[in-house]
Amino acid sequence: MQIYLPIAEVSVNAFLLFGLGGMVGILSGMFGVGGGFLMTPLLFFIGIPPAVAVATEANQIVASSFSGVLAHLKRKTVDFRMGFVLMGGGIVGAALGIVLFNFLRSLGQVELLVSLCYVVFLGVVGTLMFIESLRAIRRTRNPGALPLPKRRQRSWVHALPFKMKFRTSGLYISVIPPLLVGACVGVLAAIMGVGGGFIMVPAMIYILGMPTKVVVGTSLLQIIAVTAFTTLMHATTNQTVDMALALLLLVGGVLGAQIGTRIGVHLKAEQLRILLALMVLGVCFKLAFDLLVQPSELFSIGTGGGH
Amino acid sequence: MLWRALILTLLSALPLHGEEVVAGLSQARVSINTTFSGSEILIFGAVKREAPLPTTDLDVIVTVSSPLAPVTVRKKDRRLGIWVNTDSAQIDYAPSFYAVRATKALSEILAPAQDFEYGISIPRAIRASRAQIVTPQSSEFLQALIRIRSNEGAYQQAPNSIELTEDTLFRANIALPANLTEGDYKTRIFLLRNNQVIDAYETTIDVRKVGLERWIYNLAHQQPLLYGLLSLALAIAAGWSASAVFRLFRG
Repeated sequence: MQIYLPIAEVSVNAFLLFGLGGMVGILSGMFGVGGGFLMTPLLFFIGIPPAVAVATEANQIVASSFSGVLAHLKRKTVDFRMGFVLMGGGIVGAALGIVLFNFLRSLGQVELLVSLCYVVFLGVVGTLMFIESLRAIRRTRNPGALPLPKRRQRSWVHALPFKMKFRTSGLYISVIPPLLVGACVGVLAAIMGVGGGFIMVPAMIYILGMPTKVVVGTSLLQIIAVTAFTTLMHATTNQTVDMALALLLLVGGVLGAQIGTRIGVHLKAEQLRILLALMVLGVCFKLAFDLLVQPSELFSIGTGGGH
Repeated sequence: MLWRALILTLLSALPLHGEEVVAGLSQARVSINTTFSGSEILIFGAVKREAPLPTTDLDVIVTVSSPLAPVTVRKKDRRLGIWVNTDSAQIDYAPSFYAVRATKALSEILAPAQDFEYGISIPRAIRASRAQIVTPQSSEFLQALIRIRSNEGAYQQAPNSIELTEDTLFRANIALPANLTEGDYKTRIFLLRNNQVIDAYETTIDVRKVGLERWIYNLAHQQPLLYGLLSLALAIAAGWSASAVFRLFRG
């Protein structure tokens, strides 16, 4: 069944969109990631204009994150105070990201920026995750051989001024690092059309030293705020949010996420993480390959004039 | 007085050769709704003739063009090992859809000067509306534009695609693709003899989004803030109902 998307102005198969939404939903349910980093490149691939794909994906992430945060609220695993600090940084970052995005769009370099961001961040995160989960698997094979490295109790994070008490996380740290983490993720969300969970979660654990239990719920809170803000900014400055596309992806995504959560229960945490790492690296290599190998068509058409 | 009468009779005898095209479309309006998947348009017509049939061959050309819009064509080059857009050219007026149908190959039936004047072939349809002179460098970008859009099926040029019966009746089919943009599609029909245009007819096909498509598009462009808020509300409602349904299944 072909559906004509009113903003993207392309006709696509509705079942294909359901399928994509479902597939990414299963993965996001299994691994607890938003899936934006997979969905946005897939949308490029099926012919959705990049600007529309990035803006619409932000809107879709609002939905899936909202569904997720409700579950965490019930379990009381959301640190609201930390969430609001991250949000503050995130919204400033997203505003900067949109300005950068529009500037590069006028130069015709937005595709390059998006691809480079993906390659760098997916490459780094994927590699770290892969190494870490390999170690974890080795640990479970011969227990006692490698004790867990103790986390440093005092780092540069604790030496900064403007300290604040985060009761749910049990932390007393400066607000500067969470603001910076929030801002960085905000910039990425605006440019890459992702929630940024795959960067934020490690940053919250390793830089801020938050307990793992509250990390996912709190990061979802920040992701909702940033992607909602990004959606509004893209909608008002570029008119590139496609409501019909977002709805189609949502339906598939929501169903897929529920299935994925059930599959995830049957897999071991280390196995899950190594699979996720491989997937992240796969997307990274594909994008890097496209940048490095001579394209068959050197020319591309952009709509509108830059003037 | 006599020469004045002569001019008057000459004027009334126009069009030249005394041949005139009368044409119609199977539909003058294309509605883009949610399930729009392209549309086939039949363009048909006849040649009205007062003088006896001339001995030279009669040929017909039909063109359909979307509204013209500026495009930027970019070229990639290798910089520091990766492929980056380095060079670009702006083409001020290019249709997003352009189709040419003709009784023979265009080169056989159309004089280059006439093509230039009327802007019939694909390169001329783009260039026709450009005031500035095309340099070899910008023609590389122009060729790229034509190549890419032809591969996508957005630019179509097909010889021998008009049936002409008894030098009088003709018909041409034009398939409009699913990825159509809105606007007035200019449809032109040319009659040719001896590589010269002897009569032309022009009409428009009105391509419009309707219903939900129209509503969403208008809202997004006229009330962007409201549209953005509505998109968010939809997303939040969907997220909430997903978790509510999930809870129902569990409980």
